[in-house]
Order: sequence, then C-alpha cells, then structure tokens
Amino acid sequence: MDVTTGWYLVLGALLFVIGGTGLLIRRNPLVMLMCVELMLNGVNLSLVAFAQRLDDIGGQTVVFFVLVVAAAEVVVGLGLVVAILRRRPGTTADDLSTLRG
Amino acid sequence: MATQSVLAFVGPSVNWWALLPQMILLGAALLIMLVSALAPKQTSTPFVTVTTMCAAITSYIVATGLWNDVQRDGPSSSIASAFGIDGFSIFFTMLILVALAATALLSHGYLDKEGIDAPEFHALLLCSAAGAIVMASANDLVVMFIGLEALSIGLYVMIAMHDRRQEARESAIKYFVLGAFSSAFLLYGIALTYGATGSTNLIHIRDYLGAVVFRDQHLLMAAMALLLVGLSFKVAAAPFHFWAPDVYQGAPSPVTGWMASVAKAAGFAALLRIFFAAFASHRIDWTPIVSVLAAVTLVVGAVMAILQNDVKRMLAFSSVSHAGYVLIAVQAATDQGTAAALFYLFTYTFMVLGTFAVVGAMGRDDDHPLANYAGLGRSRPVLAIGFTILLLAQAGIPTTSGFVAKFQVIAAAVNNKNYVLAGLAMITAVVGAFMYLRIVMAMYVDNEEQKSSVPSWHWSTKVVVIAMVGFTLLAGLVPQFLIEFAEDAVPILIRG
Repeated sequence: MDVTTGWYLVLGALLFVIGGTGLLIRRNPLVMLMCVELMLNGVNLSLVAFAQRLDDIGGQTVVFFVLVVAAAEVVVGLGLVVAILRRRPGTTADDLSTLRG
Repeated sequence: MATQSVLAFVGPSVNWWALLPQMILLGAALLIMLVSALAPKQTSTPFVTVTTMCAAITSYIVATGLWNDVQRDGPSSSIASAFGIDGFSIFFTMLILVALAATALLSHGYLDKEGIDAPEFHALLLCSAAGAIVMASANDLVVMFIGLEALSIGLYVMIAMHDRRQEARESAIKYFVLGAFSSAFLLYGIALTYGATGSTNLIHIRDYLGAVVFRDQHLLMAAMALLLVGLSFKVAAAPFHFWAPDVYQGAPSPVTGWMASVAKAAGFAALLRIFFAAFASHRIDWTPIVSVLAAVTLVVGAVMAILQNDVKRMLAFSSVSHAGYVLIAVQAATDQGTAAALFYLFTYTFMVLGTFAVVGAMGRDDDHPLANYAGLGRSRPVLAIGFTILLLAQAGIPTTSGFVAKFQVIAAAVNNKNYVLAGLAMITAVVGAFMYLRIVMAMYVDNEEQKSSVPSWHWSTKVVVIAMVGFTLLAGLVPQFLIEFAEDAVPILIRG
C-alpha cells in the first residue's frame, strides 16, 4: 500500500484533534501544556506533508518558525504553571476559579 | 568558481526605513533591560517610563513620515513581499503607538502605586507593541503569526507581573491556555491555506484564488473557518469570548486596557488583511459566516453586560459587543465597510484606554463592584465627567466619536443591503446603553459613606483620561479628518 501525503495529513489532523480534546478535558495544567504542543505538532506534520505534496520548501521553513514560537510559549507557560503550583501545590484547572467563570 | 556564484545566498532587499517604527521600540526594550541590569534599582521606574514614551513618540514621528511617503508614492512591500507598507499598516502603527504611550503612563502609575520595581514590564510592553505592528503590517501569514505571538507572549507575562496577586496569575494562565489554543487553530488554518494555495504569502494567495477555479473547495473552506476561529478568540467575538470577563477582571487595569485596545485592533487588522484583502474573490463564502458571528457577538455582548455587577466584567462584555460592531463592518467586505471598521477601532482605542484608566484608579484590580463608583460625581467631579463622556461614547451618544463610529458601521451594513444586521446593531446599541447608563447613574447617586474610600489619583491617570476624553469629543464633533484618515488606510496588497 502506498503511503501518500494524504495519510500524513490525516495523522496531523488526528494529532490536532487529540491535542484539542485533551486541552478541553484534562485538568492538570502541565498536561494542558503538553496538549498545546500536540496540537502544534499536528500542524507541523500537516505543513511538512503539504510541502512534500506541493514540492515547495516554504512549508518546511514554516515548521522551524513554529518550533521556535512553541518553545517561547512553553517557557512562559511553564513559568506561569510553576508560579501557581508553588503557591498551591496540586492545583488543577478547576481550582482556578477565584474569578467567576 | 561558477558553482560558487550560483550558490551564493542573496537575501531579499529590505526597506529599513519602513521597519524603523518597530525597530525603535525593540531598541528601547533592549536599552531598558540593559540599563536596569546595570543601574541602581531605585532610579529605574521614571527612566523606564521616559524611555518608553520617547520611543513611542519617535516611532510616531517616523510613522508620520512613512504615511506621507505612502500617500505620495503609493503602497509597497518589503522583504520579499512579506511586509506591507501601505496606509493600513501605518494606520495601525499609529493606533498602537498611541495606545503604547497611554499604557506606559498608566503602568507607571500602577507600578508606583503597587510598589513594584519591574523595568521588564515596560520592556515587555514595547516588545508586545512591536509584535502588534508586525501583525498589522504582515503580508505573509507566517510573519503575521510571529507578530501575534510576540504580542501575546508579552501580554501573558504582563498580566502575571504582580507577584503577590493570585488572581492575576489565574487570569494569566487562563489567557495563556486559550491564547495557545487559538494560536494552534490559527496555525492550522495557515497550514491548510498553504496546502490549498501553495503559499503563505497573502499577495500570492489573492492572485491564486482570483485566477483558479477550485473543483473541490473543502480544504480552502476549512482553512478559512480555522483562521476565523483563531482570530475570533483574539478579538473576543462570541462564541469565542468566554475567556474575556475572567481575564479582563484579573489582569492589572493598564494591561486590561492594552488587551482591549491593541490585542483587539491587531486581531482585526489580521482579519481584514486576510479576509478582506487576500480572500476577496471568495467573499461569498466567508461573509455569511462573519455576519452570523457579528450577530451572535452583538447579542451576547449586550445581554451579558447587563447581567454583571462588577464594572470590569461589564466592560469586558462591552468590549465583546464592540467586536460585534467591527465585525458588521468587516462582513460588508467593501472599502466603505473597512474604512468604518478602521474608524471604529481607532476611536474605540481612545475610549477604552480612558475607561480603564479610570477603572484602574478606582481601587484594586479584581474587585470593582458598582457600589465603589457611588458618589464619584461629587467627590471627583471633573474625572466623573470624563468617565461619563467615555462611557456615553461607548454607548454611542451623539457629539462623541462613538456615535460617528456606530453610524458608519451601520451605514456600511445598509449600503450592503444587510438590513437585518443593521437593525440588530441599533437594537443592541440601545440595550447596551442601559449598562453604561447604570454606571453613570451610580456615580451621580449621592452616597455619603463611600466618599472617604475614593483613592487618590496618580497624575498619569489624569493626563491619560483628559487626553482620551479630548480626542473622543474632537472626533465626535469634527470627525471628518479621522474619516478621511481611515478611508486612506484601506489595505492594499501589492508586490514590492
């Protein structure tokens, strides 16, 4: 069976959906961060697959930008999570409800 | 030798003059970090504010020069057509710089009052402003994404800057998670756009979509939907607004003002550039979706605002409903509609910055019951009048800029024969006015025991409120200069 770029696009979409679902249902802030990474990597895989299909390096270049941005985002995200967990160990997203909503 | 010359890398030509506004901001941010690392701690806050203000003013002067260049020579683009230099980008540069100057002053007051010595706050503010400018000027989806992230990452840290307040951190983590979530959607939309059109460059995308008839539009439709969802989160359009009340409430008030003005304006700049300019040939596909989004946003914003008892949450929902009005202008997909959206965003920036300046001076960050505002009309008459004008402007009362803005938006919808949306906008304007009048009423209801609790006002608050009220009245009484400014700033995608 030929593995075409379409398979990679489906895999990328699946990773994106798993990440998105995980972000919405998991309550641990660290796991939520990991889910964001999963979503971004689903996008990265799609970008590489499209680049392969279009025979264009543009998409692969974009992946590098995404990786750098994701790294910067995680630095800030981990900082925030650590700042919250240090004050109240074992905090879940449900506990972050001082502000109504 | 011959192979060497073939392999030699030739970078794209860069118009440094056009990049100067954001380079000044980044330079000032670096300078602040450097000086604050070397200088004694006590002297840092005034120096930092002065540096930020100088950077904003210099940058504004450069932007004025660029505006004149663009009016004389026409728009262009730079760095392999990735960075647009048109009236649109300079319009937003000016808007962002005004907001930067106001936020820098308010933050100075805030940091003074709370006793925080944090020069990095202003450095982050400058980086965030540079990111917003890049986002509004980008002619390439990837550059736009990087601008958006520079804007957002700075914001996450600014929200959480107060080291003693749990609410600020909670607000920051909520904004972070939803911001990252929406960025992922936007990015997936970018990936699918790339897959459907073969490029991330908006000029290429526009030309490609104008020339090619798709047999199968699914990929492009999915791309548009994902881009729209990602940007709707950023501009707080319903049903993607649910983060706004919590985040607005928990964030320091100057940062809330920055979020409500610049993050929203930059989000709409991206929305207009992508949908109005690049997807122009597919407007039949996206205008109905944006219309529905606008209608839902208007209703949710107006109705939910009435149900709140906390002033900051009220203003958060009012900010949602303002996003609805701008979306009405966006869905018109005409030059008139886009000019109306630009006018709305420019005037709204002034109103919302002034409003959150007052809110910031009224007490702690996360607790703003309406009762706190009782008796303000007697104890601080001048500022109460200023606040009243800003609130009435947001409600859209004539003689203020808010009325002209709403009028233009509704006119754009009517000219587009979208009478339902125009009618809905007028109804929600009336419903929304109730909420603003509730705050105004509270200020002028006499309440003796509340008087002593009114805190003293930092001079920076007074300066910002007076400037914002002045502009709101000026643009309401003689709006012609701003209308022409907005009409000259419609985005134009052109190869450089």
